[in-house]
Amino acid sequence: MAKIRGSIVVNVERCKGCEVCMVTCPTGTIAMAKEVNGKGYNYAFPANPELCIGCANCAMVCPDGVITVYKTKI
Amino acid sequence: MVEYSGIKEIIKPVNLVYKKSEIMTENTLSYCPGCGHGTAHRILAEIIGEEGLQSEAIGVSPVGCSVFMYNYLNIDWQEAAHGRAPAVATAIKRLLPEKFVFTYQGDGDLAAIGTAETIHACNRGENILIIFINNGIYGMTGGQMAPTTLPGMKSSTSPYGRDVRTMGYPLKITDIVATLPGSYYVTRQSVHTAANVKKTKKAIRKAVQYQKLNKGTCLVEIVSNCPSGWKMTPVQANKWMEENMFPYYPLGDLKTPEE
Repeated sequence: MAKIRGSIVVNVERCKGCEVCMVTCPTGTIAMAKEVNGKGYNYAFPANPELCIGCANCAMVCPDGVITVYKTKI
Repeated sequence: MVEYSGIKEIIKPVNLVYKKSEIMTENTLSYCPGCGHGTAHRILAEIIGEEGLQSEAIGVSPVGCSVFMYNYLNIDWQEAAHGRAPAVATAIKRLLPEKFVFTYQGDGDLAAIGTAETIHACNRGENILIIFINNGIYGMTGGQMAPTTLPGMKSSTSPYGRDVRTMGYPLKITDIVATLPGSYYVTRQSVHTAANVKKTKKAIRKAVQYQKLNKGTCLVEIVSNCPSGWKMTPVQANKWMEENMFPYYPLGDLKTPEE
């Protein structure tokens, strides 16, 4: 069976660390970084990239549109 | 641009599923973290892009948190005085009837100071789309009580909670508009989860298409959050909204055109 793999790109400097994407992610791919970005927010990043299925839920709820999603079948 | 990405091999233009709309400008949004305004802006931008309305659309921005909305969507804009967006949009639509004219207003703008303009524009059946963001509070000025504030809800001007005996009941202006003969499509949605974002996008797309028929006013209410005004984290605010706002402001279509 073909497996669907996804990948996200987070524009770290524009992330405001609201955690809405982390809560909505069905696979637990996203976590908040311990480091902060230039604005002082703990930004979102794909902590478990191998779990991503490219559903784009995170990108759809992100208020600042910082997430770009890619998806492919392997 | 500093980026943090997942598996590098998948990141190719051919695999792209979701990207911020081209209509959105590169300006950073001025909203607080987790604010529903950003999501609503993005949905609107996506629909304007997908329907090919970039050169046709004229937005009227309100007074409130979204006052700088003209900085974020790369279309034509007009700024209106507080609450007067439907009146300004009426004028624009009557002078330029081939354009797609919409207003984007918060609850303080649409349901408080602009109640008269809203009700009369809808009653006249002006061919405009009104997008109404309802977060039950005056977010921009520091969380004062709005007409849409829930009973018992604390705000900076009702620190013991809204007492309905002295402060009245929350105003369901969308329900009022739905009873008017001039309104064509009235619905209430939210943008806090991916499923709701999809539903809202569908509703706004429908409203945009109804505008082309020139049948009357369309109003899309988006029940949203205000993490700063409610003094909660964005995730808590979304949960609080589900538990408290939705029973009072139930989601769904309030008026659909007769087929």
